[in-house]
Amino acid sequence: MQWFLDASTTGHKIALMVVAILLFAAVMGAILFAVDRPRRVPNWIVAAGFLGPTLLLLLVGLVYPALDTIRGSFYSRDGSQFVGLDNYATVFTTDSFQTVLVNTLLWVVLVPLVTTGLGLVYAYLVDRTRFEALAKALVFLPMAISMVGAGVIWKFVYEYRPDQPGVNQIGLLNQLLVMLGMEPQQFLLNAPSNTFWLIVVMIWIQAGFAMTVLSAAIKAIPDDIVEAARLDGVGGIQMFRYVTVPSIRPALVVVLTTVAIVTLKVFDIVRTMTGGQFGTSVVANEFYTQAFRQFNVGLGAALAVLLFVLVIPIIAYNVRQLRLAEEIR
Amino acid sequence: MTTTTPVMAPVPIDERRLTRAERRAVAARTKFSSPAASIIALVIAVLWTVPTLGLLITSFRPELDIRRSGWWTVFTDPTFTLDNYNEVLYGGGTNFAALFVNSLVITLPAVVIPITLALLAAYAFAWIDFPGRNILFVAVFALQVVPIQVTLIPLLSIYVDTGLAGSFWTIWLSHSIFALPLAVFLLHNFMKEIPASLVEAARMDGAGHVKIFFQVLLPLLTPAIAAFGVFQFLWVWNDLLVALTFAGGAPDVVPLTVRVAELAGTRGSDWYLLAAGAFVSIVLPLVVFLSLQRYFVRGLLAGSVKG
Repeated sequence: MQWFLDASTTGHKIALMVVAILLFAAVMGAILFAVDRPRRVPNWIVAAGFLGPTLLLLLVGLVYPALDTIRGSFYSRDGSQFVGLDNYATVFTTDSFQTVLVNTLLWVVLVPLVTTGLGLVYAYLVDRTRFEALAKALVFLPMAISMVGAGVIWKFVYEYRPDQPGVNQIGLLNQLLVMLGMEPQQFLLNAPSNTFWLIVVMIWIQAGFAMTVLSAAIKAIPDDIVEAARLDGVGGIQMFRYVTVPSIRPALVVVLTTVAIVTLKVFDIVRTMTGGQFGTSVVANEFYTQAFRQFNVGLGAALAVLLFVLVIPIIAYNVRQLRLAEEIR
Repeated sequence: MTTTTPVMAPVPIDERRLTRAERRAVAARTKFSSPAASIIALVIAVLWTVPTLGLLITSFRPELDIRRSGWWTVFTDPTFTLDNYNEVLYGGGTNFAALFVNSLVITLPAVVIPITLALLAAYAFAWIDFPGRNILFVAVFALQVVPIQVTLIPLLSIYVDTGLAGSFWTIWLSHSIFALPLAVFLLHNFMKEIPASLVEAARMDGAGHVKIFFQVLLPLLTPAIAAFGVFQFLWVWNDLLVALTFAGGAPDVVPLTVRVAELAGTRGSDWYLLAAGAFVSIVLPLVVFLSLQRYFVRGLLAGSVKG
């Protein structure tokens, strides 16, 4: 049994990985073999064989924990005493948590808007040019980079060296400031602007997603619409404003809401770049800090539930917009 | 990607390609529409490339040089070294080579298991008729709404109670669970695109569900599997939250991302370590991404927009 739990050498780890995959394959094979064995089995038994493992995992790993977290959010820090709405009151009335809420709001408003705007403009500008493939690849690439990696990349851009003779700036942004004759800045330490410098990183990561989806939508605009507009003498910015944007409205809504949801749960960037210090924390980071660093499980649960509740209106809006789009069609 | 589109309009690939090629031939606009447009595009492209380039160059510069001058000075005074990578991969304090193995051991099962489960579930939802099918499908679909944060505290106590805490199993299980709702939904969409006549014909020949699944559907689904596979690979390899929660205190299990994030906090000014460490963690997803980009884009579009 211990062999399955503690793997410390490389060979052991890889062997364990192979065993895990084989074990999984064997279990699934046995289930399928069992439901396929008799000549005439009722459909629901076959369906249970195909679906059972998935449903079991979802029940134990998603549904039960979610319910348990909601329950836990009404209990004290170690879960022993019922405290009603106290945890929520703490989140909404304490000064430090209000900063967290304001920061989260800034993230959720700015990131989707700027990302979608940039992605749209860029997709439109490079559409059908000679450099399209390369230009898109460059903006697309950050999607493969982890948020942790992106955090490190940008932390280096923001790196600060004291402004003394003989000391060179090694961060690109401060070097630019110095070249322009300005004082170098502690970009990540000075609140409240540091939140904006973190937001830049998220925009940098998500723009590729926005661009890809919107580019596909732009390409799907029927040619006759574009041609008709062109014959009417519409061009340049007007074409963008009156033909392109209205035609891809459903895709814009999807991109905005998808990025908003991802942004709401942003954790890695804040954790890597500031650890949530200097007034940069957001709900998802505060959740981790409270639940797993401060061991205040009740408060952590309340923050997680808050995230859950905040996601719902965004998704409701998305569903409504899609319904409207379908009705028009 | 969280998504709320329950149906996907199937777009025949051949037709799409034809029109696109035609369009290109007829209305090929090889230049930008105006100088202003080209400048904006260029500025964006540069902003999206230079930060990564800067850190990449830094990772190959000697430690002292990194401290004394900016990476842009290499263009006038090029000195490069592999010492940083040597230190970060095999040095006692970092030992990223072992962490690379951890990331790999975490990622492969966390990709294979949910895809297999989701394929079977998607097949049941698409091609097996059983009571309650639609309600169940909507329920699984709706679970995409649940943020993983909501599940972490109870999951951790389940793992502690069952004695799994701090092993690879917790991370494999967690990633598999979190991936399932989206995977079932996406693969179900792809599966529905396959003509019913194919399945019917196999059924007439006396094939059972298991046979149909393996011999008829699976071969046709390879692109869809690749699409979700790339997705899941990037998600698991790049994940920080799940790994930090379940393996944060287990040195034999932690993946690269956790240690890189930790280094950024504790040794934030040791750029020779951070730069090289970051690229050790970035290189594999980048290679996977670049070689399978086609599939990734397809998955992205299927998951978020209708064709």
